[in-house]
Amino acid sequence: MFNLRNSILSAAMLIGAASSAFAQTEPNVQEIVNKASAAAYYQGKDGKAKVSMTIADAQGRERSREFTIIRTDLGDADNGEQRFYVFFNRPADVNRTAFMVWKHVEGDDDRWLYLPALDLVKRIAASDERASFVGSHFFYEDVSGRGPDEDVHVLLEETDNYFVVESTPKNTNAVEFEKYKNWIHKETFIPVKTEYMNDAGDVYRTYTAEKVETVEGHPTVMQSRMEDHQIGGATTMMYSAVDYDLDLPDDIFTERYLRNPPRKYLR
Amino acid sequence: MLRRFIAIVLFLASPTFAFGQEPALPAGLETTSQENIDEPSLPAGLESPEPALPSGRGDEEEREQEAIKRDRRAPVLPVTGFLEARIGPRLQEDPNEGSFTTGEARLRLETQWEPGEVVVRVVGDGVFDEVVDRRNPSLETGEGAFDLREANIVWRPLSFADLKVGRQILTWGVGDLIFINDLFPKDFNSFFIGRDVEYLKAPSDAVRLSIFTEFVHVDLVYTPRFDADRFIDGSRLSYFNPIAGDIVGRNFVLDPIKPDNWFSDDEFAGRAYRQIGAFEVAAYGYGGFFKGPSGITPSGDFIFPELAVYGASLRGPFQGGILTAEFGRYFSSDDPDGVNPLVPNSDTRLLVGYEKEIADELTASLQYYAQVRSDQSAFVYNLPAGAARSDRTRHLVTLRLTKRALNQNLTLSVFNFWSPNEHDAHLRLRASYKLNDEWLVEGGGNIFYGPREDIFFSQLKDNTNLFFAARRSF
Repeated sequence: MFNLRNSILSAAMLIGAASSAFAQTEPNVQEIVNKASAAAYYQGKDGKAKVSMTIADAQGRERSREFTIIRTDLGDADNGEQRFYVFFNRPADVNRTAFMVWKHVEGDDDRWLYLPALDLVKRIAASDERASFVGSHFFYEDVSGRGPDEDVHVLLEETDNYFVVESTPKNTNAVEFEKYKNWIHKETFIPVKTEYMNDAGDVYRTYTAEKVETVEGHPTVMQSRMEDHQIGGATTMMYSAVDYDLDLPDDIFTERYLRNPPRKYLR
Repeated sequence: MLRRFIAIVLFLASPTFAFGQEPALPAGLETTSQENIDEPSLPAGLESPEPALPSGRGDEEEREQEAIKRDRRAPVLPVTGFLEARIGPRLQEDPNEGSFTTGEARLRLETQWEPGEVVVRVVGDGVFDEVVDRRNPSLETGEGAFDLREANIVWRPLSFADLKVGRQILTWGVGDLIFINDLFPKDFNSFFIGRDVEYLKAPSDAVRLSIFTEFVHVDLVYTPRFDADRFIDGSRLSYFNPIAGDIVGRNFVLDPIKPDNWFSDDEFAGRAYRQIGAFEVAAYGYGGFFKGPSGITPSGDFIFPELAVYGASLRGPFQGGILTAEFGRYFSSDDPDGVNPLVPNSDTRLLVGYEKEIADELTASLQYYAQVRSDQSAFVYNLPAGAARSDRTRHLVTLRLTKRALNQNLTLSVFNFWSPNEHDAHLRLRASYKLNDEWLVEGGGNIFYGPREDIFFSQLKDNTNLFFAARRSF
């Protein structure tokens, strides 16, 4: 009896020691995901990119969108509050339309849309982050980032190139997926591939980073693709004119610049 | 310690947990096979062993070259716009009008010139319209062969101020198709025949000065000569005329006396706004005229009586939707005591609205609006014998449902105005489909109903119409 308890104790101590040794050499999975989120959405203290989007539907018919996106991280904090300003050029019927998001870590984001022909600043309800962004296969959340604390993460395995992480939502009512699996590049922490699974365990939606470049020292996804196996078709986003640390003034992300676009930063 | 232990247990348990859901393959085997099949190859730029460029110089130079090339390709004065054909049959005979509310071809051209810090913008529509057979363009009413929508200059004289001078579209306030403190001109003809909603806003010839301070943002708009609404005058849509005491149309085209002296018949509008938390609050003021010909002189001429308005609004997120509230106090300066039955009385207008996405790509919004006459007893006491008496308060409820489908290429929308106490209503239906990036087709209807012919929406009953349009943007 006494001996048994002792051996259990020593076994537990052994596991404890092993675990702390392990923790020292291997990053904790939450850390990996935090770094991946920072690498994908928080490079530099602010940034700008021109985006050319091609949306192909299940029949192969293509639509395009061209817009410039500028972003600032409040207080230059990774995985914190952010502001986005999106200015559309194409197609012609949305030319000069501007869209603004104040992304919050807690609670719903604030979203505004400016319709230039009406000179109308419209406030948009932002309860559903997992709705199509401008009719593409990307969701709003794919463009602005999913909070690393919104899921429970498990490191499935580690390959030569990747941390393979499986994430399960804490609030299952707010999302359409059961879980997703993410291949995070070990050196850069760029998420290279994400597979979303439904409750049947089938992959119905796949994100792929297709091209990465180092811009001003920041590894940057220059081409990405989202495929939806349920509705069919895929959207490709190609980035150009990427720039970081522009010293964007905070007031860019206000009604002033919705009505009167910050042309200097949109070129 | 405990947390680390749980993390380890979770980590150890995870492969079983994750693959336990796919019982077809044994856990261990699947892990290996899936790894080989599923593992993405490194994208261009991340391939090992090639190291990432140390400074990124090569990439940057390439991008600069691209940017220069792009700039060279861009024309100096890019022209965009659209070409549109639109037809709108009435659903019933209108004894006062023709069979169509609209039958037009429209060419929109817009260009923007950006010399230095200034932006010069010109937007105009060439219109060939079969219904109001008039070719002489009228810059004020927008009828005729040419409608100048915008011709303005924007610049920033000081870091905290923006100035926009010239013909421009101006909008503020928080109502959805209900305007209380927005007293910029509207085009109700366009609105009721189903033209794109952008045409509900008629242009102003004005100066807009915007000042931005830490504490508050202020907009001041000066219109040196009164810009009236593009009101319903009978030439296109039949309406109730109080002098005729009947619904009239082309037989009684309204020709009011418009205040049109530069710098004396002018308008001032102002707004101060800021954000408090997630809510936007604003205060408004206006000095000018009623925007439609709502007054009559003793000799029987329609006029635009003087008007002063102040008000406020609030807008912000609430329970996953957007809550809006607005009020405005209208002072009828030509009849402050409400004793002149030929001039509108003073009133208070208020609005509460809520909009929410209730299902995937389906948005619903509900608004309640009330217009409360300031002095009902003065109104009743001074009513001419036989004139229709109206309630002190006009209640109005609006409901909007918007559904988007087929990758947001199809938009279905229903908007209904309905007055629970005056029983007039206006139902707006629209379906639009983007065939591709250039072409859009749409169809819909404007249905007016209600028992009385002298009330805002129900006077338009004979104008109930359908519309169909095709537009090519470029």
